Amino acid sequence: MSLLEIENLSLAIGATSILKGIELTVSPGEVVGLVGESGSGKSMTALTIMRLLPRLARADGRITFDGIDILGATEDQMCALRGDDIGMVFQEPMTALNPVKTIGEQVAEGIRWHTRAGRAEAEERARKILDRVGLPEAKFPLSRYPHELSGGQRQRVVIAIACALKPKLLIADEPTTALDVVLQAQILDLLRDLVSENRMGLLLISHDLAVVTEMADRLTILRRGEVTEAGDTARTLSEQQHPYTRELALASMHVPARPKPHLAGSAKPLLEVEGVGRDYPGRRISLFRPAQPIRAVDDVSLTIEPAQSVALVGRSGCGKSTLARMILALDKPTAGTIRFRGDAITGKPESALRPARRDMQVVFQDPYGSFDPRQKVEKLVAEPLHLLEKQPAQAERREMVAHALHEVGLGPRDMDKYPHEFSGGQRQRLSIARAIITRPKLVVADEPVSALDVSIRAQILDLFAELNQKLGIAYLFITHDLTVARAMADEVLVMHEGKIVERGRAAEVLDHPRSEAAQALVAAAPDLHRAIARKMQEQG
Amino acid sequence: MTAYLLKRIIIAALTLVLASMVVFAVMEILPGDPARLMLGLNASADQIEMLRNQMGLNTPLVLRYLHWAGGLLSLDFGRSYTYSVPVIELVRERIAVSLPLALIALALSTIIAVPVGVFSASRQGRAGDTLAMGAAQLGVAVPNFWFALMLIYLFAVWLHLVPAGGFPGWGAGIWTALKSLLLPAIALALPQAAILARVARSALIEVLNEDYIRTARAKGLPYRAVLWRHALRNAMIPVLTILGLQFAFLLAGTIIIENVFYLPGLGRLIFQAITQRDLIVVESIVMLLVTAVILINLLVDFSYAIVDPRLRGRQ
Repeated sequence: MSLLEIENLSLAIGATSILKGIELTVSPGEVVGLVGESGSGKSMTALTIMRLLPRLARADGRITFDGIDILGATEDQMCALRGDDIGMVFQEPMTALNPVKTIGEQVAEGIRWHTRAGRAEAEERARKILDRVGLPEAKFPLSRYPHELSGGQRQRVVIAIACALKPKLLIADEPTTALDVVLQAQILDLLRDLVSENRMGLLLISHDLAVVTEMADRLTILRRGEVTEAGDTARTLSEQQHPYTRELALASMHVPARPKPHLAGSAKPLLEVEGVGRDYPGRRISLFRPAQPIRAVDDVSLTIEPAQSVALVGRSGCGKSTLARMILALDKPTAGTIRFRGDAITGKPESALRPARRDMQVVFQDPYGSFDPRQKVEKLVAEPLHLLEKQPAQAERREMVAHALHEVGLGPRDMDKYPHEFSGGQRQRLSIARAIITRPKLVVADEPVSALDVSIRAQILDLFAELNQKLGIAYLFITHDLTVARAMADEVLVMHEGKIVERGRAAEVLDHPRSEAAQALVAAAPDLHRAIARKMQEQG
Repeated sequence: MTAYLLKRIIIAALTLVLASMVVFAVMEILPGDPARLMLGLNASADQIEMLRNQMGLNTPLVLRYLHWAGGLLSLDFGRSYTYSVPVIELVRERIAVSLPLALIALALSTIIAVPVGVFSASRQGRAGDTLAMGAAQLGVAVPNFWFALMLIYLFAVWLHLVPAGGFPGWGAGIWTALKSLLLPAIALALPQAAILARVARSALIEVLNEDYIRTARAKGLPYRAVLWRHALRNAMIPVLTILGLQFAFLLAGTIIIENVFYLPGLGRLIFQAITQRDLIVVESIVMLLVTAVILINLLVDFSYAIVDPRLRGRQ
């Protein structure tokens, strides 16, 4: 007898159809993975089970949870279920907790609400569950506020809230997408343990096929609001009967072809970073003592040759983005020098940096946040052109934009559109077009594909490889995703607590990591090949 | 927490000193000799010079400022030219009317605005919201003296529940005095409540879209509980900011309402002092109001820290 049974579920918001004929079951103690790209309806399925849909949404079909008809239940019945028998964990740990309430209050609140327990008793139980999720009271007292915790710790609090009353079903919607791989592995372990301890059913929603494969007994693959394939994880992924399943699996393991570009042969390195450090003023503990500075980047040296592709990998907070900002001359190092094409860029006035800025461009992680929504693509992509010595005329400018768009696979007609008219992948193409319009020698890409779906991600990686090939652009990829490093980089640098702890050929470092930090990253990184092999053994 | 509070207090104190310098300087620059004004048109130059010496007007500017500022600290504001009584007495009488009036109006405004804001935000876009915000629009648009006249007509002229105007003084009994402040307080509160309700509504709507509201709902709390326990406190910061501004306004900007109800408040005093060029009174009241505004802002800063733990820093 299944714990959760979804039969022929359809959902529409206003006139837009979101879900069509969804079928899904979860049994006690079972982990079911719900996989799909953004907009496929994964989260909406979860919110329908919780009945936390937007006001205009209309659901048809049947959802049975533990014998209760969910779609027919009253709001009071749903309140009794939510947080007691069904828990839910969300994607964004940084914003999922109320900033003005202590973690103790937030965990105890649900306990008090459902069990009518007194304050002291609820706090005692909150203490226990927080301890269970890895936040022992000695280090994390109940009186902590969310802003005093890191992202991984906050996600643990969210899990504690969801699991405080030992729910029969836990719905986890991209629970680790915002975390680095080491934290991701820890959180996934925790979820797995909670499942086996309490025979809890887990509906794990993710766009990451490797993560779901590692975790799930069964898979359901969604596309455009419909189930394309469902079944045992090992069988589904080894047979890959449905073309879309195959497409997803291939895209997640995609490595772009990168024949060696023609190196100019000049011995002069493109970028040299020598002994660079960056201190931030620390928090003042006493009025009378100077604050201890925080060393974000500590004595880092590296070089990038023309047309070389280097990946800087490390966990969140290791200082890799700070280093990137200094290389881009957006932040000043407190120690060391940075030379670009032989010229020092540290300590130079803005006007002297123009040639360097022209030859050095950046692609950011978030294709949604990095464009002004009120400007047309022509203006957005043409932005770096003000760095040129000679300002192009209007017609010439349009031509340059059209050319850049063509190079990233967009058409000249896209010039007169606004950013919101593009999908996430297309927007990332736009930001690449913007980066290459001045014909730079170096592009710094800060997590350029982590916000993208796997198929789009494969396309963008191909584009990066192609531009490297065609234009001889060197890359510095900043990422915590080792598959990007493996796919794109000639050389890998591993950063840990502000220092470079390991460097070498990409395959060398990723296959035989020597430093502890690199080993931790490699061990935690989800890998679809390995995960499928393991599942095959488990499931016969 | 203490560091935050200490910083705020120091900033407030510095602002106060700076403000006092500005007020003093402006009064110095203003044309008109206080001694000549006091003695009238027929005074001789000798008489004026004698009074100037007596008033210390011939001592150097810095000394005069220090003397004046020192007086302020010991609540000695000097004497009014026109009333010939210490300014502090005039002010004390008027504050006894204006402060309770402002407080009652502020309380009324909050009591009306917060529930209306919550009601509207929780029914965003539906009939109840449209109706409430329409009323709020009206409340902002209609001047408060019109409300005052309507209130007088309804409650004083027609129903005879409260007096139409005047203030019997606190000596006449607390209830009698309060009754005469009730209508002006309502007239003052309505437009303020309308503004506050709109602020509360938009702050709440923003908060209700936050992820943590969904987390709270997923805990099983009913919508109303989420609204009051999780959303409201997060929406308080803009509401507190507006409340602080409104209190400052209510303390001094009530001159029209005071005139409509014949109330002897600060607003009327400052108006009279200006028309009679009673500079000492003007200067004192301006300083008093500046102090009040700075103190209110300090209180608002403190309340921010109470509402939002992120502003307190690490304990």
